Amino acid sequence: MSVLAVLIALFSLVPLGYVAYMTVATGWDTAVGLILRPRVGELLMNTLLLMAATIPLCLLLGVAGAWLVERTNLRGRRIWAVLLAAPLAVPAFVNSYAWVSAIPSLGGLGSGILISTLSYFPLVYIPAAATLSRLDPAIEQSAAALGLGAWRAFFRVVLPQLRIALTGGALLVGLHLLAEYGAFAMIRFDTFTTAIMTQYRSTFNGAAGNMLASVLVFFCLLLLLAEVRSRGTARYARIGSGVQARALRLPLHAYQVPGQVFLLALTALAFGLPLYYVLKWIVAGGADVWTAAEFLPALFATFGYGLAGAAATIVVAFPMAYLAVRKPGWFSKSLELSNYVTSSMPGIVVALAFVTVSIRLVPGIYQTAGVLVAAYVLLFLPRALVNLRAGLAQAPKELDEAAQALGKPPLLAFIRVTLRLTAPAAAGGAALVFLAIANELTATLLLSPNGTKTLATEFWSKSSEIDYAGAAPYALLMILLSAPMTYLLFQQSKKVAGQ
Amino acid sequence: MKIRNSALAGIALAATAALGLTACGGGTPAGNGSSASGGAPSGEITVYNAQHESLTKEWVDAFTAETGIKVTLRQGDDTEMSNQIIQEGQASPADVFLTENSPAMTQVENAGLFADVNKDTLDQVPAEFSPSTGKWTGIAARSTVLVYNKSKVTEDKLPKSMLDLASPEWKGRWAASPTGADFQAIVSALLELKGESATEDWLKAMKDNSKAYKGNSTAMKAVNAGEVDAALIYHYYYYGDQAKTGENSNNVTPYYFKNQDPGAFLSVSGGGVLKSSKNAAAAQAFLKFITGKKGQEVLKNGTSFEYAIGSDVPANDKLVPIKDLQAPKVDAAKLNSQKVSDLMTQAGLL
Repeated sequence: MSVLAVLIALFSLVPLGYVAYMTVATGWDTAVGLILRPRVGELLMNTLLLMAATIPLCLLLGVAGAWLVERTNLRGRRIWAVLLAAPLAVPAFVNSYAWVSAIPSLGGLGSGILISTLSYFPLVYIPAAATLSRLDPAIEQSAAALGLGAWRAFFRVVLPQLRIALTGGALLVGLHLLAEYGAFAMIRFDTFTTAIMTQYRSTFNGAAGNMLASVLVFFCLLLLLAEVRSRGTARYARIGSGVQARALRLPLHAYQVPGQVFLLALTALAFGLPLYYVLKWIVAGGADVWTAAEFLPALFATFGYGLAGAAATIVVAFPMAYLAVRKPGWFSKSLELSNYVTSSMPGIVVALAFVTVSIRLVPGIYQTAGVLVAAYVLLFLPRALVNLRAGLAQAPKELDEAAQALGKPPLLAFIRVTLRLTAPAAAGGAALVFLAIANELTATLLLSPNGTKTLATEFWSKSSEIDYAGAAPYALLMILLSAPMTYLLFQQSKKVAGQ
Repeated sequence: MKIRNSALAGIALAATAALGLTACGGGTPAGNGSSASGGAPSGEITVYNAQHESLTKEWVDAFTAETGIKVTLRQGDDTEMSNQIIQEGQASPADVFLTENSPAMTQVENAGLFADVNKDTLDQVPAEFSPSTGKWTGIAARSTVLVYNKSKVTEDKLPKSMLDLASPEWKGRWAASPTGADFQAIVSALLELKGESATEDWLKAMKDNSKAYKGNSTAMKAVNAGEVDAALIYHYYYYGDQAKTGENSNNVTPYYFKNQDPGAFLSVSGGGVLKSSKNAAAAQAFLKFITGKKGQEVLKNGTSFEYAIGSDVPANDKLVPIKDLQAPKVDAAKLNSQKVSDLMTQAGLL
């Protein structure tokens, strides 16, 4: 297991090594010249402003939604709980496409903030809701007994306990913002990733693009560091005897209607609007746009890559999760760190790294499906890891040993006990990876083998030609493909809360 | 729980098997059948296609129907793919490279990666549309045009030359797609015709004056909606949209600069056969087909509205004939895409 885990960690450091190598290979003067120029300043400004505005908004909306659903007597909260997670089924670039159809002149920072917030707030909502549902009400009751009102109790008691969920969610939102290409390209908002893609389209693997990539990676690492620091060192487990009571739900009284309206508006904008415009374009396009010869191969390719990628990711993540849970220590922690660092890299950097490595070092694998699946594995490893770790934690070693004591050989005991117990968590992780792969655009554009089309790339090529009606079927298929996975993810999130 | 697990595992296995089969089918390396010398070209080829996919698909479908040769397309942009081919070097899986503009072809030619084009293919295209070296050939052409919104700009206020767009009176009033290879080709013509310092100044002014859009169609759509007054794009976007629903071009009129102005640049789309091709015979046959009567008629009768240039096939009836465009004489071999990328990066456009 350890050897496997080390190999995987080394493999996951390839993109980081590539960026470092390129920075060194370009030469200090050229690199500085390419990085310290006004254009990069523009991109920097855009990216920083985008993050400064979007992350707090997502936090606000996510926590508000989670609190309304989990801690109040909101009517229809079971439906709202799922609906608030639904925007995850709509890829950000489809969201952008719908908004541009609604308001063609949309562009610039404001639109960027609007679309990103609507696309990414579920990333905060889901962990927040999951954690809120598991909080011990005893602490809040003590606060109430000691004289704190509802609002003050929320800020002093509930919010600190949500810290891990919120910092994790904020990190995810930040990384998505840094890595997003399609959504911003459509609204003419330039960030590092759109600029790297532009450079790629002009120079393939030129120095300027690689320098931008190194700046981007630097930011991702900064974000990671900020998240780790902000987690704090407080303990989040409950000690003491007795069973955790169920939290009482706050009666909303007069706030019931405004609460419903707020959630309705949020869901309508984030999920209803994209769905409406996709369907509108499909109706406008008529039966002509559904050319089976075009969308069926794309559908099968997406489905196939999604499944292969998900399976491969779970298999690859397993040794690391096993080490982290069964043999914790500095070794497994450093392995996880290396993988964590890579996971923060945007798809375009990983893809560029793989392109260069496969052209220069291993030409045999260049432009093969295997490289694309490997890129997916690298990109989405941590998502599988989170779920697997939680699942493995629920399969204690003692059961394995009991099976062996009853006469099973170790390997068989492992398969029949540990693997089986981990299966639901693995399925949740696989669902999350599948969702991510189905919506992935940039790495797929760069790495897919000749003649391979996926739903995302077909959608992108059609909408780039402003053939919006032609792009609509692909958008709809992506949403339909993502929806069940989003639901699975939502269900699984409750089980990994607090890990 | 038990049923869900085994069902999930079963589906995963089945789908992975399916993917494996499709991957095997889709990922076959190009170029089998090249050993069949002496007979008709056969087998498969891989085309790195920077032309519009819809146009090349028409060519491919007609070609495969006629010869039975299977063609796999890899879609990309001009300079993305030219740089990719150069990086791939001898290991490149590409047999044919098709572009929308010439600088990318020149780039690959200068890297010594093209094989000589067969003489009978070269004979089908007039000399002004191909480089003298015979390493690649023109397959189509497109004219630079300024599309403007009739309600925002009157005819007498139109710029006499493309260089006028750099003047302060055009600040914030025109658009282009600087990240696209099409616009970069126009800049390369400007570089060749007016020199480096004039181009640098023009690009700096462009950074202040123009709005950047992603894609010529998007720029034209913005002109149509009145967001900008004019856009510097290629002609066929206008005619193509007019032939469809016209929703992105009904308020727009094309204006040709003429007078051998850089803004009248006629960009030649190129096609070449790679030296590293494993099925050179089929590759040459494809190029011959595109420049032959059938291939050029796809341009004349089809929906792409690019100019036909080979085998004496006239252009589509709706277009302004090439001889009336008064395009400047530009040597395709001198167009330098690397310099253009550098200049545009320096000006902050890329």
